[in-house]
Amino acid sequence: MGNIKKTLLIKGMHCASCVRTIEQSLKETEGVSEANVNLTTEKASVTFDPDKVSYEKLCSVVSNVGYKAMVEEELTEEDLQKKEKERELKVLKYKVFVGLSLGLLIFWGSFPGFIETSPLILRNFYIQLVLAFIVQFFVGYDFYLATIPALKHRTANMDTLVALGTSVAFFYSAFVTVFPQVVEGIGIKPEPYFDVSTIIIALILLGRYLEAKAKLRTSEAIKKLIGLQAKTARIVKDGREVDVPISEVLIGDIVRVRPGEKIPVDGVLLEGESSIDESMVTGESIPIDKKAGHTVIGATLNKSGTFLFKASRVGKDTLLSQIIKMVEEAQGSKAPIQRFADLVSSYFVPVVMIIAVLTFVIWYDFGPAPSFIFALLNTVAVLIIACPCAMGLATPTAVMVGTAKGAENGILIKDARSLEIAHKIRVVVFDKTGTLTKGKPEVTDVIGLNGISEDKVLTLASSLEKGSEHSLAEAIVNEGEKKNVAFQKIEKFKVTSGFGVEGEILGQKVLLGNRRLMTNFGINAKEYEEKVQKLENEGKTVVFLAVDEALYGIVAISDRVKESASGAIQKLKKLGIKIYMITGDNQRAALAIGRSLGIENVLSEVLPDQKEAEIKKIQSGGLTVAMVGDGINDAPALASSDVGIAMSSGTDVAMESAGITLINKDLASVALAIELSRKTMRTIKMNLFWAFFYNVALIPVAAGVLYPFFGLLLNPIFASMAMALSSVSVVSNSLLLKRVKFRY
Amino acid sequence: MSIDKILVTISGLGLSIFIYYFFLMRKGKEVKAVSSIDITVEGGYNPEIIQVPVGKETTLNFIRKDSNSCLEEVVLSDFGIRKFLPLDKKVEIKVNPQKAGEYPFSCGMNMFHGKVVAS
Repeated sequence: MGNIKKTLLIKGMHCASCVRTIEQSLKETEGVSEANVNLTTEKASVTFDPDKVSYEKLCSVVSNVGYKAMVEEELTEEDLQKKEKERELKVLKYKVFVGLSLGLLIFWGSFPGFIETSPLILRNFYIQLVLAFIVQFFVGYDFYLATIPALKHRTANMDTLVALGTSVAFFYSAFVTVFPQVVEGIGIKPEPYFDVSTIIIALILLGRYLEAKAKLRTSEAIKKLIGLQAKTARIVKDGREVDVPISEVLIGDIVRVRPGEKIPVDGVLLEGESSIDESMVTGESIPIDKKAGHTVIGATLNKSGTFLFKASRVGKDTLLSQIIKMVEEAQGSKAPIQRFADLVSSYFVPVVMIIAVLTFVIWYDFGPAPSFIFALLNTVAVLIIACPCAMGLATPTAVMVGTAKGAENGILIKDARSLEIAHKIRVVVFDKTGTLTKGKPEVTDVIGLNGISEDKVLTLASSLEKGSEHSLAEAIVNEGEKKNVAFQKIEKFKVTSGFGVEGEILGQKVLLGNRRLMTNFGINAKEYEEKVQKLENEGKTVVFLAVDEALYGIVAISDRVKESASGAIQKLKKLGIKIYMITGDNQRAALAIGRSLGIENVLSEVLPDQKEAEIKKIQSGGLTVAMVGDGINDAPALASSDVGIAMSSGTDVAMESAGITLINKDLASVALAIELSRKTMRTIKMNLFWAFFYNVALIPVAAGVLYPFFGLLLNPIFASMAMALSSVSVVSNSLLLKRVKFRY
Repeated sequence: MSIDKILVTISGLGLSIFIYYFFLMRKGKEVKAVSSIDITVEGGYNPEIIQVPVGKETTLNFIRKDSNSCLEEVVLSDFGIRKFLPLDKKVEIKVNPQKAGEYPFSCGMNMFHGKVVAS
């Protein structure tokens, strides 16, 4: 390995001599070719050969001369976001404190009922003007900062409304303070409203502070997933073990993992055995025993033994990286339900401004005396109470928390659209092989017919199936290998999908397949129907072997049902979902499996290319259909269903045809995914209802529609309180999804 | 109706029409992107309509100059992208639309909008 350049963070330096001491000690270390220390940035840039000297060694060299050194990690996007957010929160907190303190002082000095208890200085309008000026242009500076460039672009947002509303209150009050006689001259009592402008700003900033804190929690899932990654890997090279940062691990590297350590990248176990806790990635709670040949997943925890593995996927290709990418993409996607909110928010702010202007006109023209004051305060209340943020936050925050909750449980949701549709699922169609069953069929019976021996049947059948990739073929070949049959050479091999295989062995035409294959070749198998039916009633798949148009034998194969299948079906039934099973197996075998699992609707003898049509047939009844399969053989059926749910195969999660991928391979997660979708949609609907209801109901109240009937008006200070709470409540409601306990 | 009320009514109606015209009748700046384009995020997106070719990767470089937290995230939902935009840092977002059409983008709270037009 060549030289690399890295930065160390140094703590404890005071002067130039410290710099020299550290540089000298680093340069004297074997393997270090260059060292530059910067006092101002407190960093050391070191060029070294990682084969000769490790990070730990460099840090200990620095600490030996009396300073502290740490490896500087590159700032990720998440770190930058965190840093910026922390700074923003700190500033907001400070501004809320200043704003509220000054606002309350003005309130004390101006609000009837409190004013009598306040010191005289606070009742002075000029003092109030100074305090309010600080709040308006220092504490509330950001509102102007956001408004001015937006106006340049002829756009407006929340800040525009706040800046406008508080400016109206502030500048009127300032005018009243400086020119009271002018106001008095037109018959209005010269009273400023500095309490309104200042407390509104403080309360809205307080709402923003709470909202920013809550919003941070909606996006912490990605950070948590990234945090799962190991930082370093111990690579075995030329008989030596070297610790390298995880980003430097290459495919093919041999990595050692000791008990209690995280597995750095994905790979295949070479040597040793261990029990591995994969719960953090797959959601599978029970540790899995692994030995040579098994795959290991990066970021999972090695519980017991030490082992060596060969890295097979690194960087952005590891399972964890794929999961992070998928969750990120889902969180960036838009749920169809959001469309209406989008449409409303694109017109919202200008419409509110127009309502505010009309409020002023109506109150001025028709309001009671002093009509100007009524007009002014109600206009401010309309501008302040309108809350477009709640509408903008209603859907995405719930989608973010919902998709993260799914990932935590091993359910990866591709996009917000799939999450939304999943709540409408009324029918779940399960593919049988590999989904409800283990997908590893085994030969259970070999029967010779017409005097042919079982050995001969197995020899011919397993020889013929050697060329096939079908899962049933694998079972027959495995059985042949187990029985040590003498495999024979096949010629003119041909697969007919959904029927079976054919070929020539020693010049004889050999057929192996289902009834339909036999019928196609004019071979009558009816004579053995009773025997075959008996096997099929046990849920076994029967294939016939024929040589030169004569029946030679029967091979029965059975694929064991997964332990979790029956429970999963019951859970779905409890959710009121209709279950179908779809399979290429013959009707009797399929029905037998259906019966054992409690599935009444069994679609059997469906050829692979017909599965899609069967799904469409169920959909034609107007029902939302989910198809559960392995995502590979049944991709077209998955794609044609409303939501395709794929059981992840090993280390691939990004399946084009699936809207939801279950990485925990647990069938019970199908019900969980539907329940999660239902709960997320309920949250979204509640949020949207609240956001719309809030604006639709309170904007007219702020405009004063209740005044003619009940004499009720909304004080702008209460308007700001409501506004501050509205977006916080939407985000908090989304966060409640985190606490959702699934019923199972 | 007194003169002041007539004046307030006329000004109010005039202002309402102005608000409608100013905010709702505007046409965003449209720019053709050649493999990459810089988009300044300040009180909105500039340019806000970006023409890109279909089936070719285009890099959108977002540079946020506005400290308003409303603009801190950009969402291109058709591409499944929600990205944080650190202040004064260039953030590259690659898009490769496979079909002609409009792909809107917005800030995290959906208050500021722009769109990618693939043709």
